[in-house]
Amino acid sequence: MSAPSLSPSPAASPSPSPSLRLTVRDSATMLRRNLLHARRYPSLTLNVLLTPVVLLLLFVYVLGDTLSAGLAGHPDRGQYLAYVVPGILMLTVGGASLGTAVSVCTDMTEGIIARFRTMAISRGAVLFGHVAGGVLQVMISVVLVTGVALAIGFRPDATPVEWLAALGLAVLVSLALTWLAVGIGLSSPTPEGASNVGLPLLMLPFLGSAFVPVDSMPGWFRWFAEYQPFTPFIETLRGLLLGSAIGKDGWLALGWGVALVVLGQLWSTALFTRDPSR
Amino acid sequence: MTTTATAPTRDLAIAATGLRKAYGEKTVLDGIDLAVPAGTVFSLLGPNGAGKTTAVQILSTLIGADGGDVRVAGYDLATQAHAVRAAIGVTGQFSAVDNLITGEENMLLMADLHHLGRREGRRITAELLAAFDLVEAAGKPASTYSGGMRRRLDIAMTLVGGPRVIFLDEPTTGLDPRSRHGMWRIIRDLVADGVTVFLTTQYLDEADELADRIAVLDGGRLVAQGTAEELKRLVPGGHVRLRFTDPAAYGSAAAALREASRDDASLTLRIPSDGGQRQLRAVLDWLDTAGVEADELTVHTPDLDDVFFALTASPTSPASPSAPAAPAAGADSKETVR
Repeated sequence: MSAPSLSPSPAASPSPSPSLRLTVRDSATMLRRNLLHARRYPSLTLNVLLTPVVLLLLFVYVLGDTLSAGLAGHPDRGQYLAYVVPGILMLTVGGASLGTAVSVCTDMTEGIIARFRTMAISRGAVLFGHVAGGVLQVMISVVLVTGVALAIGFRPDATPVEWLAALGLAVLVSLALTWLAVGIGLSSPTPEGASNVGLPLLMLPFLGSAFVPVDSMPGWFRWFAEYQPFTPFIETLRGLLLGSAIGKDGWLALGWGVALVVLGQLWSTALFTRDPSR
Repeated sequence: MTTTATAPTRDLAIAATGLRKAYGEKTVLDGIDLAVPAGTVFSLLGPNGAGKTTAVQILSTLIGADGGDVRVAGYDLATQAHAVRAAIGVTGQFSAVDNLITGEENMLLMADLHHLGRREGRRITAELLAAFDLVEAAGKPASTYSGGMRRRLDIAMTLVGGPRVIFLDEPTTGLDPRSRHGMWRIIRDLVADGVTVFLTTQYLDEADELADRIAVLDGGRLVAQGTAEELKRLVPGGHVRLRFTDPAAYGSAAAALREASRDDASLTLRIPSDGGQRQLRAVLDWLDTAGVEADELTVHTPDLDDVFFALTASPTSPASPSAPAAPAAGADSKETVR
């Protein structure tokens, strides 16, 4: 065994700072590592997928008739299915990003993170890897839940352009919530803590227009329900898939999405790069 | 501060002056100076909580210092951290392997992060796994490894990039004797290849065995620095120990040998001695003259344990150890330390 027989790596020739190319390369390496984790230990991934599917079936088949009677005046399970799917899809995004918060927090307790910090790799790579892996998992979940919805009779009337816009919205929202989740994971001392702090990601759709319109809520609460990020996300998706009016919700969704991406990234990066001894 | 590397600093793998670190009110490192020549083993010795790990964390860019000038592998720690990281390898006190993936995947991950080509990465992975006796376990998740295997994988991962300066923070803590000796062999091989090793340990024989230079850290200060031999010379710890089973014989021996310190509970006498033939004969002559026979006679020469206890015993450790009392305390509690 001998160190010199190992030819010196390119990284051994010091550069003042890692270039964008190296950031992309290191992030891709970290993404591969996270996907390997997800493939090896799929329990968290399955759990994240199961919750929205169960809720979808529960709301359509158990509560659907009654809720639709309240909405349309007569029981119509099929109509409620159409109403609830966009809400369930956004809940899927929220729940899956909650999974990212837990896995980031778990990962930070691993000794290998300290090793990464003493290596000449891009500082952001660890986080970019988690975000890319998180968004990928969210999008897979969204596609699978959409498949279940179509299988039980969900019939959107979206044009190809609207489908594309819906996909873009889903990516934006998952990027926003995943960055937020990474920050939650970094700031929580334990995975249980991350799961608790991140609970609003799963609960906020209930406090918006996912299951019932915000008009039906008491006045003092309606204001919150109408402007919290999930309602514009859901209403915009509803409009794109089913042709309901989008109105101001499109801009609100875009604004919330971009703002949360920026804030989440700044927050996460500050948390990750702070000196652990201070 | 000039950044041109002049001859003396170029030969130093690690050069620190006035290194300081405090956590809130608690000062952990109180102005440390270090000079580690390239291609040598430097051992930082100290009791738990002395600040060894903090020193390693600062030198390996993991945490920031509050003050002091530090150059590692010729680069300034504060302004050229990225270049320092490219030159070093770190194996911390706590395992830094990814437990969820296999040993081989861990190695390939390191190869990717060092931007080695696919073939190159595979070659080095295979080479190091073989060198560290991990070929059989390569396909198993690291979480299933024993302590010794995980430590070997940890060091193998550290070596992937061919680092010139390696930090090992208590690399043999918790290892069985065979794994420990294996680790020593690894460290010797590294140094033979020209790598600089910065080693912290609480095992004195380990520092004695491996280190070219040893520094003793206590209460955030370096209380002594030198080769193992130089440090041993600081402490007058040699003595001859006589053990008796018969209390009467013990009593008459104690009366005859007035300069001996007594331990009445275990019926042992301790006579200061450098372990030389002449002094030993004098002791035997005294015993003969007094007509007593000891059941056991042992010669104790000062070792690093004595140094360690003499230098780190009191909270206000003086740079020069005062006293015969300290080594005696050291010898008595030695067994509990090992």
